[in-house]
Amino acid sequence: MDLFEYQARDLFEAHDIPVLAGAVATTADEAEQAAAKMGGKVVVKAQVKVGGRGKAGGVKLAVDSADARVKAEAILGMDIKGHIVHQVMIAQAAPIAEEYYMAILLDRANRNFLVMASVAGGMEIEEVAHSQPEKLARVGIDPNVGISHDKALEIVKAGQFPESVVNDVADVLLKLWAAFVSEDATLMEINPLVKTEDGRIIALDGKVTLDDSADFRHPNHEALVDHAAANPLEAAAKAKNLNYVKLDGEVGIIGNGAGLVMSTLDVVAYAGEKYGVKPANFLDIGGGASAEVMANGLSIILGDSDVRSVFVNVFGGITACDAVANGIVHALEILGDKATKPIVVRLDGNNVLEGRRILNEAAHPLVQQLDTMDGAAARAAELAAK
Amino acid sequence: MAIFINKETRLLVQGMTGSEGTKHTGRMLKYGTNIVGGVTPGKGGQTVEIEGRNLPVFNTVAEAVAVTGANASVVFGPPKFAKDAVMDAIDAALPLVVVITEGIPVHDTATFYAHAVAKGTTRLVGPNCPGLISPGLSNIGIIPGDITGPGRIGLVSKSGTLTYQMMYELRDIGFSTAVGIGGDPIIGTTHIDCLKAFQDDPDTDAIVMIGEIGGDAEERAAAFIASYVTKPVVGYVAGFTAPEGKTMGHAGAIVSGSSGTAEAKKVALEAAGVQVGKTPSETANLMRAILNG
Repeated sequence: MDLFEYQARDLFEAHDIPVLAGAVATTADEAEQAAAKMGGKVVVKAQVKVGGRGKAGGVKLAVDSADARVKAEAILGMDIKGHIVHQVMIAQAAPIAEEYYMAILLDRANRNFLVMASVAGGMEIEEVAHSQPEKLARVGIDPNVGISHDKALEIVKAGQFPESVVNDVADVLLKLWAAFVSEDATLMEINPLVKTEDGRIIALDGKVTLDDSADFRHPNHEALVDHAAANPLEAAAKAKNLNYVKLDGEVGIIGNGAGLVMSTLDVVAYAGEKYGVKPANFLDIGGGASAEVMANGLSIILGDSDVRSVFVNVFGGITACDAVANGIVHALEILGDKATKPIVVRLDGNNVLEGRRILNEAAHPLVQQLDTMDGAAARAAELAAK
Repeated sequence: MAIFINKETRLLVQGMTGSEGTKHTGRMLKYGTNIVGGVTPGKGGQTVEIEGRNLPVFNTVAEAVAVTGANASVVFGPPKFAKDAVMDAIDAALPLVVVITEGIPVHDTATFYAHAVAKGTTRLVGPNCPGLISPGLSNIGIIPGDITGPGRIGLVSKSGTLTYQMMYELRDIGFSTAVGIGGDPIIGTTHIDCLKAFQDDPDTDAIVMIGEIGGDAEERAAAFIASYVTKPVVGYVAGFTAPEGKTMGHAGAIVSGSSGTAEAKKVALEAAGVQVGKTPSETANLMRAILNG
């Protein structure tokens, strides 16, 4: 889960990382009140989970609370790269002397964590890595060792921070590491980390990604979920514990196993080129596809008005094909009149003959079977075209 | 010979007394896997009967190894207990630990992976994987044993059901070993580890490598193939049509900006001389054409 900037700010504050006052507002009224409370100049910042908002006009300085209202009115509702701005953050303005960079992230390639720190901040770090690599410290961290005070100093010095701020920046790094570990983050980035004209080190903007797999030990993370952004079908699927992603095509897809479903999307997309149709969703019903899970999955997909045909692609492993076939038959019984779209089924693997027999015997008018994944994908695409 | 597991594999099931553990212990026993016991902290001293076998349960892997001579374990059970189970197995210097559990926090995986590297005595497979099978010899994990018999193809894949699909497509030829390495952001055994083992295995003639979107493991594997592998390799990558920023089922399967796309992986593999199929069936046909000359 990616956090909004204001959520990252709050999380930093909770872990003693120095930040400026900030408040979130969803209306111009709220923005004006927040700015009045803060006093002085404020920055009005669009809250969207996409980069480049500054260039898009999503960040504006306001001289007072009345101006903050005007700026918030202009920013709220903006479309930044397909993200509509529903919230702005009102942040205290600070006179900035220097801009630095600091981040900790999961390093998949090296299978550990990576600290990046640089005296050159405020721009894209890829740009720093490219143009001034000598100013970017990149240090792998062993999770069983962590970051000691000495290590933090070493990293900050390698990032070419001036001597006068080394201790304060190392202190921020240690706090960022503690936050990164205790919140189960996969990314915590401060860009820019600034030195103000009066010499304070402050995290001015942050990006945080939290590991959803660790939610079981962070009940407080639930409050950070952006329910407004979820597609209604995705929200309904999540409530049923289904692994579903809405896409923009016409062929509904159900399969078992993430890799096979991804592969199914590809095969349907290739087959659909001829008919001008594409996959409507990703839905992995997992290994143990009971009748109920199949019914839940089918009902989500049939509830998608974009869907014109459905492709059920199952390779029977632990759950045999006869169980999957029974699941489909029971699902159609449960759905009754709500099932209105043609369903192409391809079963292979464990107990496939019995599975196919069950579907043939049920002879549901909407269901047709094909023997191969490629053939079934072509048929589903053809049916969606009509 | 097969890679990683064979007739000499003596397996412990960590989490054997849980429902998943019991079910799959039964399946593996039926296949002929040599299971010598189970480990469940707090349940040591019990004996569990599964498939007509009386299997001893131990509190720790070290105790189990001392009594049974086990040389591998498979980990089932909920994500919150996985880290302790894997750390226990690494501390006992078990040579092979296969982690089936899905949904382990990546900080936990990073921790036990680093511990395994530091100790240097354990090969980890997974987490979030279906396990591995050397048909006719041993089957560790949840891969159905009846899809295919033994043969001379080696298979390495991030995905479980795609592994099954590919084994099924090529069941007329058969496999030396099929390894499901898992779809998490951090995994123990990689494509490269398996490619190296298959290249060095006299009983493997050709290799199928299945990848998916996310990370750069396939690109790194391509570079390794170019420098080390002389046996024919065919590849398949799932997720050509996956949109950016959406996690496709596996925690690691996400396209971020220009990185992790299926197209980039295909290009890298082809540059290394690997033929890449557009679909599983086309990939199987490429392999069949190579082996049939």
